[in-house]
Amino acid sequence: MNIVIGGAAGQGMDTIAHLLGKTLTRLGYGVLLSKDYMSRVRGGHNFSLLRVGSTTPWALATDIDILVALNEETYVVHHKKLRPRASVIFDNALFALPAQEQRGLPTPLGSLARAAGGAILASTVATGAVLSLLGLALPTAEGLIREMFAEALVEQNIAAFRAGYSALLPARPVVAPLPEATPETPQIFIDGNQALGMAALASGCRFLAAYPMTPATGIMTYLAAKQQQYGLVVEQAEDEIAAINMVLGASYAGLRSMTSTSGGGFALMVEGLSLAGMTETPIVVVLAMRPGPATGLPTRTEQGDLNFAIFGGHGEFPRAVLSATNLEDAFYRLNKAFTLADKYQVPVIFLTDQDFADTARSIRPYDFSRLVYERHLATEETAPSPYQRYRLTEDGLSPRAYPGQFAGEVVLADSDEHDEDGHIIEDGAMRKRMMDKRMLKQNALANEMSEPEVYGSTGAEILLIGWGSTYGALREAIDSLQARGKNAAMLHFSDLWPLPLNNVTTLLPEAQYSFCIEGNATGQFSALLRRESGLQTTHLLLKYDGRPWSGEEIVREVEKNV
Amino acid sequence: MSKAADYLTKDTAWCPGCGNFPIRQALAEALAELDLAPHQVLMCSGIGQAAKMPHYLRLNGFNGLHGRALPPAVGARVASTALTVIVESGDGDSYGEGGNHFIHTIRRNPHLAHFVHNNQVYGLTKGQASPTSELGMQTNVQTTGVVLPPFQPLAVALTMGAGFVARCFAGERKHLKETMMAAIAFPGYALVDILQPCVTFNKINTYAWYKERCYFPAGHETSDWQAALTLARQWGEHIPLGILYNVPRPTFESHFPALAGAPLNGRPFSPSEVVGAQDEFR
Repeated sequence: MNIVIGGAAGQGMDTIAHLLGKTLTRLGYGVLLSKDYMSRVRGGHNFSLLRVGSTTPWALATDIDILVALNEETYVVHHKKLRPRASVIFDNALFALPAQEQRGLPTPLGSLARAAGGAILASTVATGAVLSLLGLALPTAEGLIREMFAEALVEQNIAAFRAGYSALLPARPVVAPLPEATPETPQIFIDGNQALGMAALASGCRFLAAYPMTPATGIMTYLAAKQQQYGLVVEQAEDEIAAINMVLGASYAGLRSMTSTSGGGFALMVEGLSLAGMTETPIVVVLAMRPGPATGLPTRTEQGDLNFAIFGGHGEFPRAVLSATNLEDAFYRLNKAFTLADKYQVPVIFLTDQDFADTARSIRPYDFSRLVYERHLATEETAPSPYQRYRLTEDGLSPRAYPGQFAGEVVLADSDEHDEDGHIIEDGAMRKRMMDKRMLKQNALANEMSEPEVYGSTGAEILLIGWGSTYGALREAIDSLQARGKNAAMLHFSDLWPLPLNNVTTLLPEAQYSFCIEGNATGQFSALLRRESGLQTTHLLLKYDGRPWSGEEIVREVEKNV
Repeated sequence: MSKAADYLTKDTAWCPGCGNFPIRQALAEALAELDLAPHQVLMCSGIGQAAKMPHYLRLNGFNGLHGRALPPAVGARVASTALTVIVESGDGDSYGEGGNHFIHTIRRNPHLAHFVHNNQVYGLTKGQASPTSELGMQTNVQTTGVVLPPFQPLAVALTMGAGFVARCFAGERKHLKETMMAAIAFPGYALVDILQPCVTFNKINTYAWYKERCYFPAGHETSDWQAALTLARQWGEHIPLGILYNVPRPTFESHFPALAGAPLNGRPFSPSEVVGAQDEFR
């Protein structure tokens, strides 16, 4: 069951989609909600796509069962994807559908809204109409309206909702029935940025400095709203250079801290990233990718900054790069990013993209007992007096103390090459020892990387390899290929640098057809894999139109080639 | 009781006669007189001769990147409101490369003291113009003389709403020490622009040049913003020294409930404390 809600920016599509998504989640359905929006505040064509199943769908599908067209453009853009038995909810006072279109359900959204209290309520009227079409009862949605809206707005929204619901009651049988629901299973309905914001909060991150940038901004707004209740600080910096340097200062002073940005902001941060490497200051940088170069497509998705995340920054220094593959995993993986940053005193870059950031799904609630809070700070035993910030040790890890932690001791961090005390040096021997010490940590990080997840048949003939947010699309593709009798499996990387190689070196050579699937134009992961392992897939599938991969597209491309 | 000797340590890489020496001495004395121990003080700096100060004093130091001395200091104040934070850097670092941070840190108003060694020249890169170099000063890059009018740090700071704005001269060490003490104690962002002769690269603004011109204005009221601005802009034949403006306003830290009470960096935490955060998504 696929529902598309479209209109101009500012018409309230988000409200409808969120209300529907959450209602269906509470009723026990599995929901995926994806936003497709333009980089503008008013006008244009924005839409939300809800996919509903008895279990939560992994990725988007293209065919449409219910289309809510708040403007004519929505119908024009989407009508080719309407299924034969689909329904189109539209306001016939605003526009008419073509004469041959039999699937229209004219609904006076505007006049019902005005009767309920104002034209702005049209989106709530439409929500009621959709719920009525789906044959669902009122109470769950009404309960949500009471939770979501300010008290003064509740009654008029409920009136609008009921008006929409009643208006379409006679039309119910038109639409395809919903799948089975399992209301007894507890679920949450959450999007990528919210999941990462909550993961940071629950990882003990108490300072975020950032500059707003789509598609990363949701992390910042999530944490900003939690400041008072949970005692954290969110500061909007004057630029991304300030953001990363504030985070470095706070982390140096002992506070778990993070910044979040997209590619253009990350470009300003790489100077600070290098500083984190040299000063051995733990930081987490969430890099939510969007298509570049330069400003690119601000509200679209791409996996174009992998090389930048791994290699960006002047000089050589250790780092880890992890990625968000799906909502279920990303929450715990960001927690791992904080742990690695503290344990190895390195910058950790956490890659997401617009598709992950803006897609909400209904999932099982997170298990907070799986999270760890390990700071790996110096103790009086590990840091004898006089304290030396960069004491040379066998494993390259110098016990990290923060200023004021030990009375009488001082902590000196330096962006120049330095001695064990942190003082500027120029002699070649000490330079080499310090480089060796830092780079030892890169080797240790390699042992911390999770192997890519394997899903599908063992001894598969067709192997799909992906990383980051394409997880859901690949998984749907595997299910679909197997259903069509193909012997297929996927290998999906979440930890990207240092690149874990065990699974891929075993599985890749066994597959007759192997596909590296990426959301970029040059196959950055494929090249990385070749560089690190000498292995190469037989095929490379690349998509760089700013839209996410779907399972259907992958299946189509695979079947062209096997 | 702290002593200046607690702070003074290694040999320096500064030229003999450099204006940085009296500044270092004044700061060590100021910290001692404030009875602060080295572990209670953090100095953030950028890059340049002045920015090497954390290497030549014994205290906590974050010697970061060129132009980026202020943001780490803000972050450190978030981590620990118990730390006394000083930012020490030059005119190029503070007013050129770090100009945007300078403007916005003033707006932000964190409790820190910003000591700018203003020698009106780039020393570490051997003699190019700085943002505060005099018009017409010839250098190996500005070969026919500086054509950009000098940056006016004190006027900018006052215009942006800085609560504490002062000008000192490295040759007036006692006054410098007292001003530093007041700046460190000031609750909010405190700028002290310190006129500092560069004996190697600046042949114009020498000790003698400053001594002829610097004076202490009589009867100046430090709550008079307009008078402060007039003094801030005075330059040339007569250069006023002293605290020009001293009126606190709410600090950056005071806006965050999280920063009331014990420093954030020492608070215990367990993920189970925030398990209720996911209820809003049910």
